[in-house]
Amino acid sequence: MSGEEFVPLSLTPMLIGIFAAVACALPGNFLLLRRQALIGDAISHVVLPGIVFAFLMTGVIATWPMMLGAAGAAIVAVVMIEAIRRLGRIEPGAAMGVVFTTMFAGGVLLLEQSDTSAVHLDVEHALYGNLESLIWLDATGWSSLLDPEALRYLPTELPRMALTLLGVCLFTALFWRALKISTFDEGFARTMGIRTNLLGLGLVITAAVAAVAAFDAVGSIIVIAMFICPPAAARMMTNRLEAQIAWSVLFAVLSAVLGYVLAGFGPLWLGGGDAVSAAGMIATVSGVILAITARFGPCRGRSGVPATV
Amino acid sequence: MEIVKTQAQGDLSTDKAPEAKLAQSPLAIRGLTVSYGEKPAVFSVDMTVEPGQMTAIIGPNGAGKSTLLKAALGIVAPVSGRVTIFGRSLAEQRARIAYVPQRASVDWDFPTRVIDVVLMGLYRELGLLGWIKGAHRAKALDCLERVGMGDFATRQIGQLSGGQQQRVFLARALAQGADLYLLDEPFAGVDAATEKAIISVLKSLREAGKTVVVVHHDLATVAEYFDNVFLINTRRVAEGPVSEAFTEETLQAAYGGRLATSQIDKLAKA
Repeated sequence: MSGEEFVPLSLTPMLIGIFAAVACALPGNFLLLRRQALIGDAISHVVLPGIVFAFLMTGVIATWPMMLGAAGAAIVAVVMIEAIRRLGRIEPGAAMGVVFTTMFAGGVLLLEQSDTSAVHLDVEHALYGNLESLIWLDATGWSSLLDPEALRYLPTELPRMALTLLGVCLFTALFWRALKISTFDEGFARTMGIRTNLLGLGLVITAAVAAVAAFDAVGSIIVIAMFICPPAAARMMTNRLEAQIAWSVLFAVLSAVLGYVLAGFGPLWLGGGDAVSAAGMIATVSGVILAITARFGPCRGRSGVPATV
Repeated sequence: MEIVKTQAQGDLSTDKAPEAKLAQSPLAIRGLTVSYGEKPAVFSVDMTVEPGQMTAIIGPNGAGKSTLLKAALGIVAPVSGRVTIFGRSLAEQRARIAYVPQRASVDWDFPTRVIDVVLMGLYRELGLLGWIKGAHRAKALDCLERVGMGDFATRQIGQLSGGQQQRVFLARALAQGADLYLLDEPFAGVDAATEKAIISVLKSLREAGKTVVVVHHDLATVAEYFDNVFLINTRRVAEGPVSEAFTEETLQAAYGGRLATSQIDKLAKA
């Protein structure tokens, strides 16, 4: 494909897909090892009441109030999950289950009771996002990347997602050592003076921010899949956390690129007509990668690689 | 109101021990109460660990042995009580403490190698972002050698036997280079060779003037391994040199009907 076609039509959605996938996969590694991977699922449900609430407050469908509402709801949910987990002394999965179903149901009630008939709060949008529509029509080719006039009309989702990814990377790098030790051995981490409660909360809030930003751009299917599939597949490839992170980033990028291309051209190659949902295809590809690594990955056994290695 | 009351008790008992002794003690606990829910796991416990000696914390299952250790280390928050490490607060003395948690408390499927676990003992030294240098690796390897695990440095931790995992934990504690070593059930479910290796390392620590406190479950080895015992059954039952505190009466008081009298007889005579 020439730059004239690729840059305006495919470059920005692909980049947004990649940024979203990596931003979710990075914290996903730690959440997975902490048996909290369901948090992605939880967050993508609890944003509904946040979005409805933001709409009721402002009366308009606009990105920023909705993202703020979603982020607020996610943080409320995270704090509630932590509180229920600690006060109720139950496992995190159960606490998440209680909170996200309740808040999601509350969001549905709120939506039903309020007068939103005049506007279109689109459930499908929430699920699939609108990755394909995030095109950059002002671009004429690769040279547009250096053209300030064209750059002004980049889809706003791109810089927003890039900034989110940067934030996630910073958090991971800065607290790398603390995250590693408190995920492996929380008690030991505390004796070193690491405030594991705060760090755990910070991790979940980072995940929530990534989820909300990604949710806005690419929908909740990708969010849910990217928190779990690339990190889980990466775990099958290696027995070192450092390498697992690298593999998970690779798998996230691979899922985003391959999924986007397959969604756009796969049906054509098969003789079909229309393209299929990119978000759905990206999530599916990540699931297939997980299936393949689960079958053939070198470190898929519970007790690691064979003793001879 | 409850809290205020126990606090007051704790302060009263402080007066019983001379302040000088408290300041010297590697680990002094006053009026410590810890509760998981309604029922206290540890109630108004005083403990004064002797410097340069090996002390066993013993008591029946659920007596609060591990909880006592965790509260002393700030891992669980006490309802009330005061803990001093070498006469100062825990926060000031973290660098002087090494801790070996129960082996079963962590997920051994975690993606990491033996040497990486030992390096975790150096994290305080390294700080948030400090680079791991050759000297750190050499130190970690040296600690592994001391527990007889030098050949396993690059193994994934899930591939180790229970005894080997326990030795890796001990190596991590050695890497911390502390003055006070606190170990939670280090002999639980390990092979005889590991038990021997661990006790010899602990004895070498004592020879180097370090203080060692061990939550222990095997009454048969108490007299052989330790200088002092601390008997607990939610409350403190007895504390002192093995010859004085590890007797028929104290064991009976701590374990109640859970130990047959003949067993206690045998232990007390041993």
